[in-house]
Amino acid sequence: MLSSHIKKTGNSLEKTEKGSWVMKYIISGILGAAALGLMATAASAGTLEDVKAKGFLQCGVSTGLAGFSAPNDKGDWQGLDVDFCRAVAAAIFGDGTKVKFTPLSAKERFTALQSGEIDMLSRNTTWTINRDTALGLNFVGVTYYDGQGFMINAKKLPGVNSALQLSGAAVCVQTGTTTELNLADYFKANKMEYSPVVFEKLEEVDAAYDAGRCDVYTTDQSGLYGIRLKLSSPDDHVVLPEIISKEPLGPAVRQGDDKWYHIVKWVYFGLLTAEELGITQANVEEMKASGNPEIKRVLGTEADTKIGTDLGLGNDWVVNIVKAVGNYGEVFERNVGQGSPLKIARGINALWTKGGLQYAPPIR
Amino acid sequence: MATQDIPQDVGGGRASLFYDPKVRGIFFQVLVIVALVAFVYWIIGNTVENLKRANIASGFAFLNGRAGFDVSDTLIAFDSDSTYRRALLVGFINTLVVAAAGIVTASILGFLIGIGRLSHNWLIRKICTVYVELFRNIPPLLVIFFWYFGVLSVLPLPKESIELPFGSFLNSRGFYFPKLVWGDGSMLVPVALLLGLAMSWFVARRAKQRQMATGATFPVFWTSLALIVGLPFLALVATGFPLSFDFPQKSTFNLTGGLQIKPEFLSLYLALSFYTAAFIAEIVRAGIRGVSSGQSEASAALGLRSAQALRLVVVPQALRIVIPPLTSQFLNLTKNSSLAIAIGYPDLVAVGGTVLNQTGQAIEIVVIWMVVYLGLSLITSAFMNWFNAKMALVER
Repeated sequence: MLSSHIKKTGNSLEKTEKGSWVMKYIISGILGAAALGLMATAASAGTLEDVKAKGFLQCGVSTGLAGFSAPNDKGDWQGLDVDFCRAVAAAIFGDGTKVKFTPLSAKERFTALQSGEIDMLSRNTTWTINRDTALGLNFVGVTYYDGQGFMINAKKLPGVNSALQLSGAAVCVQTGTTTELNLADYFKANKMEYSPVVFEKLEEVDAAYDAGRCDVYTTDQSGLYGIRLKLSSPDDHVVLPEIISKEPLGPAVRQGDDKWYHIVKWVYFGLLTAEELGITQANVEEMKASGNPEIKRVLGTEADTKIGTDLGLGNDWVVNIVKAVGNYGEVFERNVGQGSPLKIARGINALWTKGGLQYAPPIR
Repeated sequence: MATQDIPQDVGGGRASLFYDPKVRGIFFQVLVIVALVAFVYWIIGNTVENLKRANIASGFAFLNGRAGFDVSDTLIAFDSDSTYRRALLVGFINTLVVAAAGIVTASILGFLIGIGRLSHNWLIRKICTVYVELFRNIPPLLVIFFWYFGVLSVLPLPKESIELPFGSFLNSRGFYFPKLVWGDGSMLVPVALLLGLAMSWFVARRAKQRQMATGATFPVFWTSLALIVGLPFLALVATGFPLSFDFPQKSTFNLTGGLQIKPEFLSLYLALSFYTAAFIAEIVRAGIRGVSSGQSEASAALGLRSAQALRLVVVPQALRIVIPPLTSQFLNLTKNSSLAIAIGYPDLVAVGGTVLNQTGQAIEIVVIWMVVYLGLSLITSAFMNWFNAKMALVER
């Protein structure tokens, strides 16, 4: 098949050195173009059937953002976005390891999804109306409510403690992101000047900021905390208090496959519901014996239940998710919360019952 | 009879069209064209169909939308309210600037090093050889990284800028130098410059005519220099020096005022120039070697000094060998300028990439990239072909 051939080309490019930037760059565009041109026009089978047939889920993640998707020292992918991919794989196969990860730059991500190179995108991606409509994507929900912030080197810039003092600064930013647009809007709205220093890859932005090419680093605040840990002297750098935008980050799928869209969306709601009902990785087996009708419905132990099968999965889909990665709260704390070096507070990412924004429709 | 047998044989061949090489040739060419057209038609139809099915907007209407992002290096007015079309234009101009500057520098450097490799001086020859072997064998991307991350990390922050003469500064944000501000009445200066150029051209023409007719030479170079520099200077004196300088000043973050060359441009420009110069040096050396040594010996016998022999006899003949491979080096440099993406210099590919990501119009942007680079390359090679034809040996 042509699509598999194209995929192979994409993987081998990861390893080339000379000129790989340009090549990858242009390939990512051409890949989409070629895939759209050469794809058979006849309707293909649904994504769920495709995923089941090949035996694993192909999930698009970032090229390395601590807490969201980054390989650990053993080379295994870790993070909130990564665990969401594992949850989807667990819901389908009953096995959270049946997933392969494709690292994508901000620019490659949508083309990779559109062209079918990946089955779903779980890569700290902001949900916007343009991406939902004109790009042929469907966002399934918000796995992390974020906002854009600024980081500066406080040691080299004493006295700067607000983003409104940044007029005239050189700002490092990753290209092809909503961050780049918010930055332009914010400085324009506040009648301030800045000179953008723009890179395609996060690692390049990190290196340029660390080398002092720019005064300010801007990206989502969660990202700033993760990046700060990787700098040569993390304690010199501070994140300024201002949050200049809404950045609801969430997974996305291709338009036109409602069944697949529903599965990914309800895996997210399943994670939330599990936390709400107190179902954890540790107690999920005992919970199956619970007499609480709501828990019975969610865990598929209700007699003659059709909730899971209607979704196209097994009735024990939530059990599989929680066994693989835990509930939403556990995923959060392990990757970005108190159990991680980032130590980000739950804040607005707490459940609605605890004053946050995370809310799932009822599973019934 | 033999003379009657021959036309019969030809008639026998005409019986089978299939074995006529001419007909067969035309048949296969038509077949290939039909297949190609059918393939292109199928690709376009298929793409449109798939885009529609995937609910992805298509067409070039997006170019009129508001860009919403800023670009660091712009030679024309651009801010986030400008259109995507203008953003692409900014990128295109940046590509042109870095390619043109790179071509000029690489040519000059390449010629000097190429001639240096043939020098009788052992040290110069070896230095040039080391240069060529070094830069020719390192991928251009690494050279760019060397200039960008290697040199950048050594330079100080704006507050501790290295001060250079004439109010210039060097720091990790680039090279700052005073900007010339033209005052009232300074229009006379460019007029004087144009006049100087015109007069030099005239003097050169007359000198050549005179040399052809009488054999007497005239110091064209020094006269032209005096005209081109002297006339504008006189104009300045006459108008009472209406020029002033805008010096770069230190402020909270960066230096303000003056002109700034950003490190992204500098490293890309230097890397492309140094890299391509190594290839041009080899081409020039081959060109000079390609001129028979009898030519230099004959020049020496005629009493020309070695510099004169090089300039008047050897180089003009070497150029004929040098120009065709030089064209492909120029094309390479232009195309290599797209490596800008690695260090964030906003060339056409980098800005186009941003537009691609903000709009999701992958196919349209890739088409624009292809058309622009193809156009640039075709124009460059058309110019070089013209130049080659002009330089070709005129047989008398």
